[in-house]
Amino acid sequence: MSQRRLNVRSILLPVAVFAAALALWDGVSRAGFFDKSALPAPAAVILAFGQEIRSGRMFNDLVTSLFRVTVGFLIAVLLGIPLGLWMGQKLAARTAFLPLLNFLRNLSPLAWMPFAILWFGVGDASAIFLICLSAFFPVVLATMAAVANIPAVYFRVAETYGLRGFEKLVQVTIPAIMPQLITMLRVSAGLCWLVVVAAEMIAGRDGLGFAVMDSRNGLRMDLLVAEMVVIGVIGVVLDRVLERLSRIPSVRWGYER
Amino acid sequence: MSGRAFRLERVSRRFGEVEVLRELSLDIACGEFVAVVGPSGCGKTTLLNLLSGHDRSSSGSIAREGRERMVYQQDGLFPWQTVRENIALGLRDLKDPAERARQLSDLIELIRLEGFENHYPHQLSGGMRQRVELARALAGNSETLLMDEPFSALDYLARIRMRHELARILHHRPRTVVLVTHDIEEAAQLADRVVVLTERPAQIRCELAIHQPRPRGLTDPEVVRATDRLLVELGIDGDASRQTSTNYKE
Repeated sequence: MSQRRLNVRSILLPVAVFAAALALWDGVSRAGFFDKSALPAPAAVILAFGQEIRSGRMFNDLVTSLFRVTVGFLIAVLLGIPLGLWMGQKLAARTAFLPLLNFLRNLSPLAWMPFAILWFGVGDASAIFLICLSAFFPVVLATMAAVANIPAVYFRVAETYGLRGFEKLVQVTIPAIMPQLITMLRVSAGLCWLVVVAAEMIAGRDGLGFAVMDSRNGLRMDLLVAEMVVIGVIGVVLDRVLERLSRIPSVRWGYER
Repeated sequence: MSGRAFRLERVSRRFGEVEVLRELSLDIACGEFVAVVGPSGCGKTTLLNLLSGHDRSSSGSIAREGRERMVYQQDGLFPWQTVRENIALGLRDLKDPAERARQLSDLIELIRLEGFENHYPHQLSGGMRQRVELARALAGNSETLLMDEPFSALDYLARIRMRHELARILHHRPRTVVLVTHDIEEAAQLADRVVVLTERPAQIRCELAIHQPRPRGLTDPEVVRATDRLLVELGIDGDASRQTSTNYKE
């Protein structure tokens, strides 16, 4: 009974907050504090949204952006996790590479944009490069830290029961860091989604970031808000999808202990 | 078979300036249950690590016979593996899958965790986890159990229950056991022989044989007597121990 009430509440409360935010927006736009072109009304945004869906442009931009994020993120993960595993196990590797990695991590990937355009031109490759950069360093550092902090008792147990080499990696090292790995994937995927919009605003001829820039240039703020809504919603969806990974039975220990 | 699981001869262990063990000599027979007690920080765990081969002595020799397995205080189980998978780790040397499955279910029955095969450690109580750890260590052809304060993370009642469990399980699967503990009652109730260590650098202060066959009750006269004696040896001067101390100290 109370479980049920909780469920109803967990839907009703956020819906109420969204409705209030929408009403506030509508109120402010009606009150005329801003020019209509500077703050479009919700109704105008819905209209623009419908227009874009009919023309199919928004869908194309969405697919383009998602493609770039997926490819860039996967490259970063496929390169970053092995490097992180290696550095986590070798103190010498950590000592040698950590300062450089920390420096590069603190460099906004957007600062690389001029080089990205020079090297890869305007389009997919530039955006993928920037996304990859933005995810790569956090992935390496988080994997490394997680591996370095695996309790020593697990490795002693592995040794006692004859787990060595690849078997140890697959049965001990990787499962031991899975909960942190999943959290790290969620965080860095979110970062990628932020970066793709910025990257496409400058180094793109399509994608949601380009669409935002295009709407601004055309002074179509109604369209711009519609695009912002899509960007926000997709960001949430991406996180929810990756959150599902944490429901795998063999990683639950990391969240329930 | 020499009939001896361990022979330590004048074993010392130093960590830099700190001398932890000094010229310790100890024989442990196959099938014997030896408990090691002593003041905290005296080097009990160091001794266990030397026995398991995880640590090397600074001088002296250690001979060991048979395969030994360590049972940890807590969280020695892989939390990402189920009860079944954790125990199966101890059966990796068995090539025949049917035989492995049979032994696995025997072990689960032995520790009375039927129905929990597919649970993960975090879904079990501390005592259940400790039983799984025990089953993993007993699996396959291990001959010696090295136990490092295995029940100290449990509450008092669970600890007493686990002593009975351990005695019962060892009755079915006899092993040589070296138990490091700070729990004097536990030592007196479970062990054939209790080795009392001195303050660091640890030497053997005395050895106490307990002849009454296992399993023993917590309030068996000989267990109570041994507990008293151990309290005296450890310099904890209770009322009961002051009385008995005159009997033992000539």
